[in-house]
Amino acid sequence: MDTEITLRVDGAAHPLTVDTRTTLLDALRERLRNTSPKKGCDHGQCGACTVLLDGRRVNSCLVLAVTVGDAEVTTSDGLAADGQPHRLHRSFVEYDAFQCGYCTPGQVCSAMGVLAEARAGWPSAVTGDLDDADVDLTDAEIRERMSGNLCRCAAYANIVPAVAAVAQAEGVRR
Amino acid sequence: MREFRYEQAPDAAGAVALLAGAPGGAFLGGGTNLVDLMKLGVATPDVLVDVRELTSREITDLPDGGLRIGAGVPNADLAADRRVRERFPVLSQALLAGASGQLRNRATTGGNLLQRTRCGYFTDVTKPCNKRAPGSGCGALEGVHRNHAILGQTLEGPGTCVATHPSDMAVAMLAVDAVVRVLGPDGERAVPIAELHRLPGDDPSRDTTLRHGELITAIDLPALAFPSRYRKARERASFAFALVSVAAALRVEDGVVRDVRLALGGVAHKPWRVQAAEQALVGGPATEEAFAAAARAELDAATPLRDNRFKVPLARNLVVRTLLDLVEVSR
Repeated sequence: MDTEITLRVDGAAHPLTVDTRTTLLDALRERLRNTSPKKGCDHGQCGACTVLLDGRRVNSCLVLAVTVGDAEVTTSDGLAADGQPHRLHRSFVEYDAFQCGYCTPGQVCSAMGVLAEARAGWPSAVTGDLDDADVDLTDAEIRERMSGNLCRCAAYANIVPAVAAVAQAEGVRR
Repeated sequence: MREFRYEQAPDAAGAVALLAGAPGGAFLGGGTNLVDLMKLGVATPDVLVDVRELTSREITDLPDGGLRIGAGVPNADLAADRRVRERFPVLSQALLAGASGQLRNRATTGGNLLQRTRCGYFTDVTKPCNKRAPGSGCGALEGVHRNHAILGQTLEGPGTCVATHPSDMAVAMLAVDAVVRVLGPDGERAVPIAELHRLPGDDPSRDTTLRHGELITAIDLPALAFPSRYRKARERASFAFALVSVAAALRVEDGVVRDVRLALGGVAHKPWRVQAAEQALVGGPATEEAFAAAARAELDAATPLRDNRFKVPLARNLVVRTLLDLVEVSR
């Protein structure tokens, strides 16, 4: 059933007619040709499709495009302002935090979410004291918070330090 | 995915009215479970009424020191709320032990209660499943059932079902006696969470006692004046459903159990209140031996399957360990 929507993606508004069954992921990739978010499992289990919706990381494969409304969608591509790689992009390169690269845009968007959640003082399953106001993104915290992103090349050993370096620079890692 | 009409309403009452007129329709919250089930062909609504923005996203204080959680509050926000972390750590811990950061951002409190089993036979439309296709049989009974129920299953007849309820959050809410506020075509009602989820009985197709068109609008948590904790055993360190989980709250005075709340996850078709153990414990010593005996009193009724017998000692040990942790923090 066709429905007219306007998707705001990486700073631009896109009027679209979509079938109600279209996910945000498919709208981005197949309609807007933004192939930054990837389709891995299409069931919310792998995180390759992760984008930011009003700054919060979500699995775009489980979001119906018709429900997005005027929320701002940010993909990993959109983090590269003026064509310059984002600090997280550079860190992933510097730490060799990928092999095939398929999961990387999702990893980067998820890491953006992790940093924002840490700044907001959100605890995780490995946070010892729930009363702690400040989050310290230790390696264990990064592993737990990034667990919604799989990497079949198993670049995890380099993804953790890539995220840790940015966390350190942003003051959410001691 | 089956075609559907997408509807928005001005308010919760409007959404309820819309769904009342759509017998094949469903409410859509965060969609993290429903959209997936629609892709799999397990859920086939012809109308979706979007309630994510209609139900409250606020957490408000109740006069008794408890909290009212709007059904639209995302799981992530609920887990991080300062009052929840201080007053109901069991709930924060349960939420943080479930799903992933992305899913918790999108999933709602109301939707979390209504998520459906992850039984592999339920989610595969080519397999028999009495929950999805009543009368087709239960593939799990003699099949792959390591993660399945050990209590309260229906083990024979047309209602055969050994599925578990997947929510961590609901287990914590059961332990703290949450009350689910529901709006339906006939008005509002309050459902104690213990009466929300049901056992398969002779109709495993129904997970809850809600009627079509009834919308969860909020969950009330009565004040809890003693320490609480959630502990979960799973097959990987993160982002996995529970094999067994325990939500517990314990009040100990001079080494004597004065009050205890215990609920188990991953063991039954619904979050399982451990009443026999609670009754056995109150007034007795807060010791490892007493905790183990109480857990055994409950688990004596277990009817594990061929490949999930490990859940019985796992549940017992988790109960004992969690209660001992609570004794420690009570000192």
